[in-house]
Amino acid sequence: MSRKGTPALSDLIEAGRRIEHHAPWRRAAVTAKAWSLAVEQLAAGRWSLAGLWGEPDKVHMALLDEARDIGVISLDCRGGRYPSVGQHHPPALRLERAAADLFGLAPQGLPDTRRWLDHGQWGVSHPLAARPGGPAAASSYRFLAAEGDSLHQIAVGPVHAGIIEPGHFRFTASGETVVRLEERLGYVHKGIEGLMTGAPIDRAAKLAGRTSGDSTVAYSLAFARAVEAALGIEVSPRAIWLRALMAELERLANHLGDIGAICNDAAFALMHAHCGVLRERVLRAADTAFGHRLMRDRIVPGGVASDLAEAGTSAIRSLIGEVRQRFPHLVELYDNTASLQDRTVATGRLKVELARQYAAGGYVGRASGRDFDARRDLAYAPYDQLAFDVPVLQEGDVNARVWIRVREVEQSLSLVEQILGRLPGGPIRDEVARPDNVADGPSEGMALVEGFRGDILAWLRVGADGTIERCHLRDPSWFQWPLLEAAIEGNIVADFPLCNKSFNCSYSGHDL
Amino acid sequence: MAVIFELAVQGAQMLLVLLLAPLLIGFVRKVKARLVRRQGPSLIQPYRDLARLMRKEVVLADNASWLFRVTPYLIFAATWVAAALVPTFAAGLQFSWTADLIVIVALLGSARFFQALAGMDVGTSFGGIGASREVMIASLAEPAMLLIVFSLALVAGATQLSTVAAFMGSPEVGLRVSLGMSLIALVMVAIAENARIPVDNPATHLELTMVHEAMILEYSGRHLAMIELATFLKLLLYVSLISCVFLPWGLAHAGAGPKALAIGAAAYLVKLAVLAILLAVFETAVAKMRVFRVPDFLGAALMLALLGTLLLFVSRSL
Repeated sequence: MSRKGTPALSDLIEAGRRIEHHAPWRRAAVTAKAWSLAVEQLAAGRWSLAGLWGEPDKVHMALLDEARDIGVISLDCRGGRYPSVGQHHPPALRLERAAADLFGLAPQGLPDTRRWLDHGQWGVSHPLAARPGGPAAASSYRFLAAEGDSLHQIAVGPVHAGIIEPGHFRFTASGETVVRLEERLGYVHKGIEGLMTGAPIDRAAKLAGRTSGDSTVAYSLAFARAVEAALGIEVSPRAIWLRALMAELERLANHLGDIGAICNDAAFALMHAHCGVLRERVLRAADTAFGHRLMRDRIVPGGVASDLAEAGTSAIRSLIGEVRQRFPHLVELYDNTASLQDRTVATGRLKVELARQYAAGGYVGRASGRDFDARRDLAYAPYDQLAFDVPVLQEGDVNARVWIRVREVEQSLSLVEQILGRLPGGPIRDEVARPDNVADGPSEGMALVEGFRGDILAWLRVGADGTIERCHLRDPSWFQWPLLEAAIEGNIVADFPLCNKSFNCSYSGHDL
Repeated sequence: MAVIFELAVQGAQMLLVLLLAPLLIGFVRKVKARLVRRQGPSLIQPYRDLARLMRKEVVLADNASWLFRVTPYLIFAATWVAAALVPTFAAGLQFSWTADLIVIVALLGSARFFQALAGMDVGTSFGGIGASREVMIASLAEPAMLLIVFSLALVAGATQLSTVAAFMGSPEVGLRVSLGMSLIALVMVAIAENARIPVDNPATHLELTMVHEAMILEYSGRHLAMIELATFLKLLLYVSLISCVFLPWGLAHAGAGPKALAIGAAAYLVKLAVLAILLAVFETAVAKMRVFRVPDFLGAALMLALLGTLLLFVSRSL
């Protein structure tokens, strides 16, 4: 990969000071020069940003290079300052603003220094810094200006007419046409990273599962795999396969719900009702199989918390039969309803280049030509032994995002069948303890898991006493929310709910 | 004695529309719910909603003017009068001679005018969006409606609904292309005027897509109850209008006795139920259209009505 002038990520990490006990990928403390080199690669579009997070005195950046190699580079922040990534690579902007709010790290050259998560309501500033400051002065948030004749602003939210999560959307419109949309998020900040610090592993696992309710399985899985990587725990094969089963059930439930909800935003209640029935069937099957409709807290570090009994297997099998029988009719209904197609086709187009630049995961990226799926490209167990396709489309409109979901539902059905057919026996849970061969110092682990929205990154450090020293969870929405602003441009205001639903970004996972 | 009876029938008609309007909405909602395999709220839920709103306190914006406060009553009064002027179970009632179809259109037009003003009164962006969209829709729906009125008047020789209904019920109507066009145009206008799918979604919670709901977002309590009731009445008005002009069977005529009136009432209820079911089925089968498609939709209604009128100039028998 190392053409002249384009170093591979591994070379960059080799050159840095390698950090011991960071698994499964490597982490290196690098110099400011190497940091800038990495930023150059990001800006040139050769590498993708997988995450950026802070600590009281350093900043870390997870990178994905062209060969799908992952690595973390860290930079010591002297005086709390580091060279900004966002000034050259916009996807990092909000991550840097969040790290600035939480840790007081000041990115040098950051073009946008407004606070992001901190709305001046915390009673403290930089809560996770070594020395938190006094309460931040409440200042008004200056939305970006858009100038021109007869432009008007429409402020929507943070509290909406429907029962959904809070977020503020500021539209600048010319008549009905959107000239600019700016989001303001952070209203559901729960301080998960702060709560994680110092928490025992079992409590931290529960916190991770509560980061974003609809992705609780994916978050628990990401956290559990990061802990296991850090402590070098081998999970029993049965637990690994059961985890994948839960992850696919969660994907099925969410995709089915989304397909219906997108149609409902075009006032086509029929699809919503039928998809709602199917989603409910998935949740009930999950309840029968694992004892919780959303399978919360069923994946724990070391394995899974509940085994699959005979009743569960048959419930899931009959679910698959029912979805396979009824879902194709719904897809046909979607495809043949001209009035619905008229709404979804060519609405909210996301450009292929933007999806690539922002490394957008999930259906947002795959509907705009980004061929990435952590299940296939990082091939974590048991997906390395399963056969499935990753659908990719180039159109990038609402319709394409619906179709990616439709195809993924079909793939998930096949995956669930394969998993049920080959589920190995054996124990489902191992003791989580520090193995003796690990040195006394802290050990770090990381995982990238494909949730229904896209890839979720979990990075953590387990201290010598077995508690979490630092944990960072990066929701796929961090790289999808900004793209929604781009996709809506030039569309009409009344089409925003449709575009928004087709993105279905997480507020809670983003606000942490 | 005859005058008192006539007055009583007219009074019954006014009360009937007021009492039936929420039931019609409840029925449409119920059918829609059943069509998507939901249980749906009870038929009398709209009455309960109105009663709840009447009891609730009114929350007014600080900068709301007197116009904002009187508009709900204006809208309600205009719509109620208009609805009472359309023959439901009997034609040729006492008051029906005081106003014709053009007056009904004008009454609804003035109700809308005040509603759009009130939507902008408080100065929220949604009120403004709703009002501008509503006026855009109205600017096409009202001419289409007037052309429909002209078609009917040219065929029946009057704009008076009782006369039109009597003519349409007589054998000399025959099959006319122009009437078919008017019917389709009237249905399209009715859908747009009543903020139904595909023009507007009466059940949406998405404030950015609203038209009618966006204008009344700031209303609460008894004000909202008045506007809601007026909305219910308007749907009943259009359904009654379609049934009295195009399905005039069973309609009792001027000076009819109690038996004819009873038959008329039964026939009216059946017509309401059939049209409500048709509306619910149609609304379930289509998605809402883009806001900028609405002019195309109403443009088609306008053109149909215009064609119908022009055909009548070519030949009185078309």
